[in-house]
Amino acid sequence: MAEKPRVATVSLCGCFGCHMSLLDIDERILDLVDLVTFDRTPLTDIKTLGDCDLGLIEGGVANAENVEVLLEFRRRCKVLVAFGACAVNGGIPAMRNQFSLAECLRESYCDGIGVHNPGIPNDPEIPLLLNQVHPIHEVVAIDYVLPGCPPSADTIWTFLTEFLEGKPIAFSYTQIHFD
Amino acid sequence: MSKTFKLDGREIPFETGQTIMDAALAAGVYIPHLCHNPELAPHGSCRVCLVDIGERQVSACTAAASEGMEVDSSSETIQATRRAILQMLFVEGNHVCPACEKSGACQLQAVAYYTGMLAPHFTHFFPRRPVDASHPDVVIDFNRCILCELCVRASRDHDGKRVFAISGRGLESHLVIDSPSGLLGDSCFAAADKAAHVCPTGAILPKGRGYETPIGERLYDREPISIVGDVRAHEEEVV
Repeated sequence: MAEKPRVATVSLCGCFGCHMSLLDIDERILDLVDLVTFDRTPLTDIKTLGDCDLGLIEGGVANAENVEVLLEFRRRCKVLVAFGACAVNGGIPAMRNQFSLAECLRESYCDGIGVHNPGIPNDPEIPLLLNQVHPIHEVVAIDYVLPGCPPSADTIWTFLTEFLEGKPIAFSYTQIHFD
Repeated sequence: MSKTFKLDGREIPFETGQTIMDAALAAGVYIPHLCHNPELAPHGSCRVCLVDIGERQVSACTAAASEGMEVDSSSETIQATRRAILQMLFVEGNHVCPACEKSGACQLQAVAYYTGMLAPHFTHFFPRRPVDASHPDVVIDFNRCILCELCVRASRDHDGKRVFAISGRGLESHLVIDSPSGLLGDSCFAAADKAAHVCPTGAILPKGRGYETPIGERLYDREPISIVGDVRAHEEEVV
């Protein structure tokens, strides 16, 4: 019997809503685990990435670690999917692109309401922020797009089942939403 | 006997002086559009309504209908070009659909759904644009302006006020407001003006009425714009 396709997922600069929407496929997740093997994903809590057939990327690219993780996913996944609005166009996190990074940091850590002990964190373990949040297609080539904030469970299910069956992906009208 | 032309193989009657768009709308045939509103003079700026006439591509809202012409509005080539135009409109502004209260009743979004646009494809400009909340009844978010000039035309031709104009060239083009401070609150603009009710995106929004319709029940949540029609026709329902 051929090995099952390996699927990895990750959340970069997102809110984890797309992963929650993936869980919203409810009992169909039991069918899914019969069809695929999950590699690195928050669902398995596996931290390292193996060679995969499919990688779902939630979230945009906001810091140096996001860039590294995304590049590794591109290297190790045959097919890469922009999963949800932040991965597709930067989404809500990209609203900080209206301001300079210095303005954002000052507001968050120095001047914001309720800030105690003001000061911008500089621990070397904290990934360095990029000047702007970018959608993932501005950093790596992507193969498929799942729009939505988040994509609905049915949209995700349509994609996964049609992809795994080798069919062309076709979303119905109600499955295409940008919000 | 009335004159006709063919639109995607269907005979469309028209009268002299009508554009392809006029005749198509009268016949109940949808051609995607953003800067067109039958109540205002055609503008031909968004190019979303482009159609093939033989070897040429023209904007249906400005091209005159003529006897026997064969118009293609639905080929994959035309849809792909429309998608590219829409993708450029999306990356040139800041269209954050999840954070916009016009979402679900937004014509830009609806036309993008209709053409099958899934992603912006191009590199985002992420321009820095202001929000003008100076007016007591209406807010303008310039991030969402697509320069269709519907508010410009409505204010000038219908309201007789000339509150809006486009200034600058190319990438610097932007909407300006006729007031001493440049702010809407200092202009003669009123919420009852037609210009307050023609914006196809969430750039001009009434204050105090946001998010009235739940997700899933908004204008374009269930049915495409080709069936439901322009947002202006549902103004009272969705604003």
